[in-house]
Amino acid sequence: MCLAIPAKIIEITKNTAKVESLGVSKDVDISLLPEAKVGDFVIVHAGFAIQVIDEEEALKTHEYWKEYLDAEKPK
Amino acid sequence: MQKSLNKYISDIKKINPDRPINIMEVCGTHTMAISRNGLRQLFPENINLISGPGCPVCVTSLKDIDWILEIVKNYDMQIFTFGDMLRVPGSKNSLQDLKSSGKKINVCYSPMDALNFAISNPKKLTLFIAIGFETTAPLTAVILKRAKENNLNNFFVFSTHKVVPPALEILLEDRKVKIDGFLCPGHVSAIIGSTPYNFIPEKYEIPCVISGFEPMDMVSSVHSILKQITDKKPEVEIQYKRVVKKNGNPEAIKQIYSVFEPSNADWRGLGKIPGSGLCLKESYQKFDSKTKFPVKSIKPKEHPGCDCGKILKGIKKPNQCKLFAKACTPEYPIGPCMVSSEGSCAAYYKYERHGKD
Repeated sequence: MCLAIPAKIIEITKNTAKVESLGVSKDVDISLLPEAKVGDFVIVHAGFAIQVIDEEEALKTHEYWKEYLDAEKPK
Repeated sequence: MQKSLNKYISDIKKINPDRPINIMEVCGTHTMAISRNGLRQLFPENINLISGPGCPVCVTSLKDIDWILEIVKNYDMQIFTFGDMLRVPGSKNSLQDLKSSGKKINVCYSPMDALNFAISNPKKLTLFIAIGFETTAPLTAVILKRAKENNLNNFFVFSTHKVVPPALEILLEDRKVKIDGFLCPGHVSAIIGSTPYNFIPEKYEIPCVISGFEPMDMVSSVHSILKQITDKKPEVEIQYKRVVKKNGNPEAIKQIYSVFEPSNADWRGLGKIPGSGLCLKESYQKFDSKTKFPVKSIKPKEHPGCDCGKILKGIKKPNQCKLFAKACTPEYPIGPCMVSSEGSCAAYYKYERHGKD
């Protein structure tokens, strides 16, 4: 139930944003994030964006994922 | 540079205290992530990961389930619910059984689907079964506000919404299970932030780490809990910083409390917890199915062998229930923990049925 998916905001019309996640685009409600803007990455839960993802922190996570995946590669 | 998974594991072994450590996760998605990724096997034997009351469907009381079923049975309505609720057994039957007998029960992805249906079909009574913790409650709040703006007379909500922190306090007061650390839920905390958990280190001296859902997030969160234990400095730490802010999402909190007010709530396994529920405020009463659609008295009858209550408190593990994988399976579930995609019995059944305890 709490599985929330990160997605990027492509355009905003009133309370609705078109977001894209892994190549799929859909409309989500952004009433809970009044400061969200185009280009933000957001967490989507049951059709609503519930939080903006901190890009710097997200990139840090990518760094350690890269390291983890490199370490797991077959030698 | 962040540490690699192997480095975390070797650091955990270095700082691991020489005694049993019980770490409770309070989020169904964490429960699933632990089982699916085999995380239990990564840690030293003395580190015991136990599931708490983190699955909203599982903690919904049998009385509420029976109440919902009675409303559905007795009134002609279009019902909207999340998929996990469909097969949860009530005392006599489930929503799935009622759907098979012709009741109009729709599985929805978003609460907005229920609202949009009600707007497009003003002559059809529409009921949304609102279930979930602080992550989902603001969504229900938004659709109720829209229902009010649209002056809808055909839209209703059955709220079983609950808030997490009071349940943690009950577990800590209960002392049947010794908890040495909490892995706090990621997306509940995206809404409420970290401060509502402050009483846990302050009053009970127990570490809390708000964790993300990837294996790396969870391993580093377990490491942080152990570090707080060995340093004797319990605090609320946010590991899932890319999403969780200290103050959470203030707009979402504002939305919740503009529509709901705290109430007592029955939790499966934990009983009645003061202030842990969210009921509709006076100004939203016209949307409350509990008052609009009365039912005769409900006498919930628990299955005598089902240990869901003990499992939700961390007293028993799923495979210690005598029904587990015998009378109770995902195909023929007896308790909600085997039904929900986030239930700990379902997680054990799917991924850890043949592994160690």
